[in-house]
Amino acid sequence: MDTPVIKKKIGLKERYAAMTRGLAWDTTYQLMDKVFPYDKYEGIKIHDWDKWEDPFRLTMDAYWKYQGEKEKKLYAVIEAFAQNNGQLGVTDARYLSALKIFLTGVSPLEYYAYRGFAHVGRQFTGAGARVACQMQSIDELRHNQTQTHALSHYNKYFNGMHSPKHMYDRVWYLSVPKSFFEDAYTGGPFEFLTAVSFSFEYVLTNLLFVPFMSGAAHNGDLSTVTFGFSAQSDESRHMTLGIECIKFMLEQDPDNVPIVQRWIDKWFWRGYRLLSIVAMMQDYMLPKRVMSWRESWEMYVEKNGESLFRDLARYGIRKPKGWTQACEGKDHISHQTFAVFYNYAAAAAFHTWVPEEKEMAWLSEKYPETFDSLYKPRWDYWREQAAKGNRFYQKTLPMLCQTCQIPMIFTEPGDATKIAYRETEHKGDKYHFCSDHCKDIFENEPEKYVQAWLPPQQIYQGNCFKEGVDPSAEGFDPLLAVLDYYNLKVGRDNFDFEGSEDQKNFATWCGDSVEGVKK
Amino acid sequence: MSNVFIAFQDNEDSRPIIEAILTDNAAAQATYPTGLVKIDAPDRLVIRRESIEELTGRPFDLQQIHVNLVTLSGRIDEDDDQLSLSWIN
Amino acid sequence: MSVVSLKLYDFPAKDLRENFPAPLLFIGWDEHLMFGAPIALPLPSDTPFGALGSAVLPGIYGYHPDFNKIDWNTVAWTKSGQPWKPDLGKSLAENGLKHKDVIRFRTPGLNGLNSSCN
Repeated sequence: MDTPVIKKKIGLKERYAAMTRGLAWDTTYQLMDKVFPYDKYEGIKIHDWDKWEDPFRLTMDAYWKYQGEKEKKLYAVIEAFAQNNGQLGVTDARYLSALKIFLTGVSPLEYYAYRGFAHVGRQFTGAGARVACQMQSIDELRHNQTQTHALSHYNKYFNGMHSPKHMYDRVWYLSVPKSFFEDAYTGGPFEFLTAVSFSFEYVLTNLLFVPFMSGAAHNGDLSTVTFGFSAQSDESRHMTLGIECIKFMLEQDPDNVPIVQRWIDKWFWRGYRLLSIVAMMQDYMLPKRVMSWRESWEMYVEKNGESLFRDLARYGIRKPKGWTQACEGKDHISHQTFAVFYNYAAAAAFHTWVPEEKEMAWLSEKYPETFDSLYKPRWDYWREQAAKGNRFYQKTLPMLCQTCQIPMIFTEPGDATKIAYRETEHKGDKYHFCSDHCKDIFENEPEKYVQAWLPPQQIYQGNCFKEGVDPSAEGFDPLLAVLDYYNLKVGRDNFDFEGSEDQKNFATWCGDSVEGVKK
Repeated sequence: MSNVFIAFQDNEDSRPIIEAILTDNAAAQATYPTGLVKIDAPDRLVIRRESIEELTGRPFDLQQIHVNLVTLSGRIDEDDDQLSLSWIN
Repeated sequence: MSVVSLKLYDFPAKDLRENFPAPLLFIGWDEHLMFGAPIALPLPSDTPFGALGSAVLPGIYGYHPDFNKIDWNTVAWTKSGQPWKPDLGKSLAENGLKHKDVIRFRTPGLNGLNSSCN
């Protein structure tokens, strides 16, 4: 009997190449430029797509196998969480407000990412890039689904989580993430990868996921931790796509460098502004705190960023223009953001509150240069007023930055007692910004940002009422009409945490009085 | 000097991977933020399939790390036998 | 600079004056960070400027202990960040205010809770 000849398996790199690029071809029945009409117009010059190095080499069989394993693990945990009434294990019900923001403001972005990557996954001439984007598209849809599943359990017990998709398209603070992503996916394919894969998924992603998931773990939220870690392993593939795409563009032609630099400047800044809401969640909305936003920023952006931009320096890339101001902002943005949501608590689908004394002590300790002098005074005053039954609710709509669409809460670099105001004119109209960087972004592409759907402006234009509503009718209350348009349940979804249904319910379920629950 | 890192879920599946990394990379250090094992190393870190197999006593497909991987920092080079993270500068 | 595109990229601005019932005005009270951000309000252009202090701003800023102490004759105004002296007796339009202008006021001696600019 002959000994069987064991053929050596071809290596991972060759296998992957055969199953991806090996299946691609240059068209002869139509010009390649007609089949791929979108990947030259941005001015990015690619001379040799074969130089694209596949970031991760998961062939489809391996992808399904390992993703399938992850899904089984994840859904088993979600099921166990539901069966064991895991919602009772959270530290306190204030924590849910962080999840409400996540479900309405982050999960829809995953859906947008799925759409965006599906689009660019068709548009790149290089098959290697197309495959990587198609895989990411499936990952992003997975994230939207798993987040929805993991958080839907909480929807059975807590308010504000009933209409995430509806709210995302309408509610004033959700225009911040929505416009961010719409800006990205209405750019060309190379800008999209620079914006999402590089600037967001590489430079800034750890700020969203790692400390926040640790925060979820600290606060008894096993469901979120599990989906977070499960998603983040997909993110590590996304990060490698981001760094590969940047490297590839920069190595293909020196003319690409200034274009890429401009995109890095723009998207670092836009991503940084978007993360203000995460900063606030981390510093104010985790009853059991893990680390401060400032500490996370230092660990995940400043330290990492040094290594990264040192690596990219050889291509002629420098740190993003807004880097210094963003680093200065680490002492301020969480406080500024939570305070404005405290102001507008009547119009938000999650609760806010005055931090407890020991939480204020933690904030003082973590922000020794800024909290006591700049932010504590307002909390002390609000606490004192709330105790007298005079909880502060600002009813007049805020002024927004045209680019990042956040209310103008950010202060001058070097002087945090002064709100920063910048403005410019375009075709005879004035436009306003929170910073030089948002202004520069506008001035580089004004035709884009003049189309911004700014919620206060849209409300004043009468575009935020349900069909059939008559603003001239007797007793018409515009604020209530807008909240109805949002599908926000007044008295349940909004106002202070104190006295809320979430607070009362949670106390009842835990068998405590409301005072007893406060730790 | 530039730091690379890799982080895994802190569970039984990850243990041999972590052990292999720490054995094969003298300058690597592990920390344990909640739920995670994070390994930092100066400049470069290598994960070797063989080292993991020695610990588990059964075949290991390096791509299995995807199931428990959480995040990483550095440029990746991967084949059937090893995965490395590094910064080239 | 301009949007880079394959076809003509030219779409109407969303916030043109004619889309609003009245010109939009942005107002900020300097050194009163408790309010988070300046506010936005459509105000008829024939509104007397003095009505801001007496009729419009109380509903917006009245919560602050400094507000009732304001002497509107000593208030320092800026328009687009530049010092500006409005005529309280004239209308917004007569004072030169246009759609999407930004005005701010500082109240000397009244700079927030315990002078913390809050």
